[in-house]
Order: sequence, then structure tokens, then C-alpha cells
Amino acid sequence: MSILVIAEHDNASINGATLNTVSAAKAIGGDIAVLVAGEGCGAAAEAAAKIDGVSKVLVADNAAYGHQLAENVALLVAELGKDYGYILAPATTNGKNTLPRAAALLDVAQISEIISVESADTFKRPIYAGNVIATVQSSDAIKVITVRATAFDAAAAEGGSAAVEAVASAHDAGKSSFEKEELAKSDRPDLTAADIVVSGGRGMQNGDNFSMLYSLADKLGAAVGASRAAVDAGFVPNDMQVGQTGKIVAPGLYIAVGISGAIQHLAGMKDSKVIVAINKDEDAPIFQVADYGLVADLFDALPELESAI
Amino acid sequence: MKVLVAVKRVVDYNVKVRPKSDGTDVDLNNVKMAINPFCEIAVEEAVRLKEKGVATEIIAVSIGPKVAQEQIRTALALGADRGILVETEEDVQPLGIAKVLKAVVDKEQPQLVIMGKQAIDGDNNQTGQMLAALTGMAQGTFASEVAVDGDSVAVTREIDGGLQTVKLALPAVVTTDLRLNEPRYASLPNIMKAKKKPLDTLTPDELGIDVTPRVKTLKVEPPAERQAGIKVADVAELVEKLKNEAKVI
Repeated sequence: MSILVIAEHDNASINGATLNTVSAAKAIGGDIAVLVAGEGCGAAAEAAAKIDGVSKVLVADNAAYGHQLAENVALLVAELGKDYGYILAPATTNGKNTLPRAAALLDVAQISEIISVESADTFKRPIYAGNVIATVQSSDAIKVITVRATAFDAAAAEGGSAAVEAVASAHDAGKSSFEKEELAKSDRPDLTAADIVVSGGRGMQNGDNFSMLYSLADKLGAAVGASRAAVDAGFVPNDMQVGQTGKIVAPGLYIAVGISGAIQHLAGMKDSKVIVAINKDEDAPIFQVADYGLVADLFDALPELESAI
Repeated sequence: MKVLVAVKRVVDYNVKVRPKSDGTDVDLNNVKMAINPFCEIAVEEAVRLKEKGVATEIIAVSIGPKVAQEQIRTALALGADRGILVETEEDVQPLGIAKVLKAVVDKEQPQLVIMGKQAIDGDNNQTGQMLAALTGMAQGTFASEVAVDGDSVAVTREIDGGLQTVKLALPAVVTTDLRLNEPRYASLPNIMKAKKKPLDTLTPDELGIDVTPRVKTLKVEPPAERQAGIKVADVAELVEKLKNEAKVI
């Protein structure tokens, strides 16, 4: 069976989640094609062609796909996808936005955020904020799937030499237009790709205190995240949220500071390799998943930690 | 303009759900049920649009068992004008829900459909996008701001790197993210008034929709448990462990 992987990219390069999605495609098994839809996306297509295990790259370079508007990209994915047995996309906000629309156009179900491939038609996925893992089987002819990137290793970004093929189809549904984008600018690594993540919760007390986490993060080369409680309290923007309703991360080291460990937060970080919790409440649930727990006032511990490393 | 809001009956977000011991399904016996939190945000947004004079009528629709009337009544108490329950005992999946909602949209012709980005039971995050596809409408998913302007709506969306604003032609589908608004509490007089608001009941059959599931759940199980580690005495011990035992810094 052939597999179409929808690439997450910024026209110039391929987002790392695409590499994990290619690994999920390899686990299913079959000929893997990658679709790069964008505007001026030649460089991203070249990068996709080098991914290990990819046999073909389809490039749809058109103004209609420039901002990944779902109304347009879904039409393209549905048109190309009908010739494939599987359509996969990373479960990024783009993938989540576009893929269900394409699935409905093809009159097939979508299986969201798989964490493992059990067989050609059977997959595991978390439900109820990760409290339950469901094993599900699809009966559709085309299986449309989003992939939780942290559950699959990244495919090698180099080593492949896929053929690059231009796709002429230009779908402009004419129903939506891009107005503006406000992207958080940061020199720190991307939250979902960082090796170390430092996260703050309600215990940080206010947004200004997050500067303590930023300076610790800079010393560690880490990204900074937050719990939903910290986001809801207005300390930091939502794109920093780690959890079931935010980003799913699985770094080598996760340092949770002033985070109690609500179920919904644990769902976003419990696959991290090593978890450190710093909290003054020794009964906080976060300690039940932490490899190293430090019961301490974070306002004492953070400066000490920063100077000790 | 007419606004349609979809609401789902789900397990209350405070309940920690567990699989049944035979692994066939989750154990929902005697657990508290509630309106899905993202759907509640959708209702609130519709009510605010009505308060601003943008929306003229709010219809709350739910697809589910007879008791899902409770969640429609909640929406009515928050300010929706009338309800529609599409009653079924079947566990309807997102594509089926989207098809039922399309039939309701065809009948009611709303200018705006507002729904939650995902339900906290299945965590699918699909139905709004699927409804938009089936009706040919534009979609503004994961909305943190909604501004209707004449025959279009500007939707600010929560995306991975920050925020994106798109302009959509009406009619359109909007799905809500957490920060769109903070839902109000229903007052007692409004809860009483909601009991008298009209609530129609239909079935998927009457709408001519086949809601047969496409995806079968073979089993459910708890996630792999993570073992609690050790407590360290102080920062010095923590740093020592991270350097020499875990070797992560």
C-alpha cells in the first residue's frame, strides 16, 4: 500500500515533526510519498527528498497554499490522496486543521494522534486526556491519520534521494484569506523539538517571575513551557502550554517548576526521559511521575540551581 | 444572523476515567456528566455575539442519547434560544456527527456555526473541520478571537508558533480554543427559564443520515505507569544526580 505524508514546513525547510511522521509511515510499510504544498517551497521540497525512506516528493507550489489555508490545501490532499492507501500528517496545528477536512471530502474517518502502529489497519491512540489508550481498527479504504510526533523516532533527514515531481493542481476555494501572523520570536529552541524543557506553573505567581525560568533555560539551552494553570492565569501566552490541550513534549530532561501535576499537564510531558519536579508541596501529584523530586520553595531553588550548573 | 452551536455530553473534566477491567470500554457507570468545556466556550461566544447585536438567534444542537437534553438545557440556560437533540444510542463518530450537523445546517441555514475544537472524551479534534468540508464552508479552527464584520468573520487562531488571523466568508465554521472567553455561570432564574424554551427531537434516520461507525475500538487500557523516582535533599544533590546518574546535563 502506498502512503502519502503531508509535510509540515515553512517553505524553506522541513519541520522535525515531518520526520517522525515518516517513521510512522515506515512502521505501516509501503511506498512513501511526501507532499510539500506551499508557496516558493522549492527548498523545503529538496529537503524532503533527502529524508531517508521517502521514494517520491510531490511539490504543489502555488500562492493558494502559501499560508496553509485548510480550505485550499484539503482540496489538494483529497485530490492526490484518493490514489493512496494512507494519508498521514503530523498532529501539529496545521495537520489538525487540514487533515480532517480532507478526510471528510474523501468520506472517510480520521484516526487522530496515533502513538503506535499495531498492524496495517490497527493503531493505538490516547483518549480522555491520555488517561486511557485505545486500540482502534479502521475499516476505511483510505486511512487518514495524524501522528503524535513524540511517539515515533525521527527518520534520518539525510541519506534519501527521492524524485521530486511538480503537481500542477491549484485549488483556491475562494472562501478564506490570510490576514496576519504573530509568531513568538525566540532564540530558544522550539518547545516540541528541545532536548531540555523547563516549565513553570501557577507556583510562579506571575509572568515576571518567568524570567527566572528563561535565564535557567538559557544556561541549559532549553525551551520554556508552562502548565495550563499558568496560561489561564495570564502569566504567559498559550503557545507555551504543555499538556493535553497544548503541546505534547518528550525531551530528554523535563524540569517542572511550581507545577502541581494535573492529569492534563502530565498527558503532555510524561513521556519525557527524565523528569525533575521542584515544588514546595510534597504531596503534589507531579512527584509521582518525577525521577527526581525536590521539595523546596522555587524562589530559593531556582537561583541556586542556575548557579550550580 | 442565526448562530448554530453544537454541544456534546461528556464525562465531567474533573473525573479521572479508567478502563473497565475487561478492557472493552471505559467505565462510565455513575460518573458525573457535563457539557464539554470547549462546547461551553462556544455557547458563551454565541451569547456574546447576541449581546453585541450581531447574532439574532442561537440554536443549540446535540447528538446523543435522550439524557443529552441536560446539556442542551445548560446551553439554553446560558442564553441559547432553542435546542435540537438528534437522538441516538449509537456511539456516533466525528464523520457521522459532521453529517448529522450538515443536515441540521441545511435545514436551519445558520450564518455561523460555533463548536468546541475537541471533546475531552475522544480527543479527536475533527468534527468542525469535517462539517466545514461537507457544507463547503470556510473554517476558523482553534479560535482565540472572533470578529464578525458584515459578510465575513476574522478569526484569530492559536497555532504552534503563536497566533494567525484569517478572514473567512460567511457562512463559516468556528471551533473554539481555551482562551476565546470565560463562560459565565447560569443564574437560577435563567435555569428556570431554560426549562420553558423549545427543544425539538429528531433522529439520524429522520435526517437520512447513516451514522455507522468506521472505526472500531478493539480494546482500551491504562497508559504505561511511570514509576515515581526519588526525592533529593537539596539542589546540590539534584545537580549531582542529573550530571552523574541521569547524565542529562
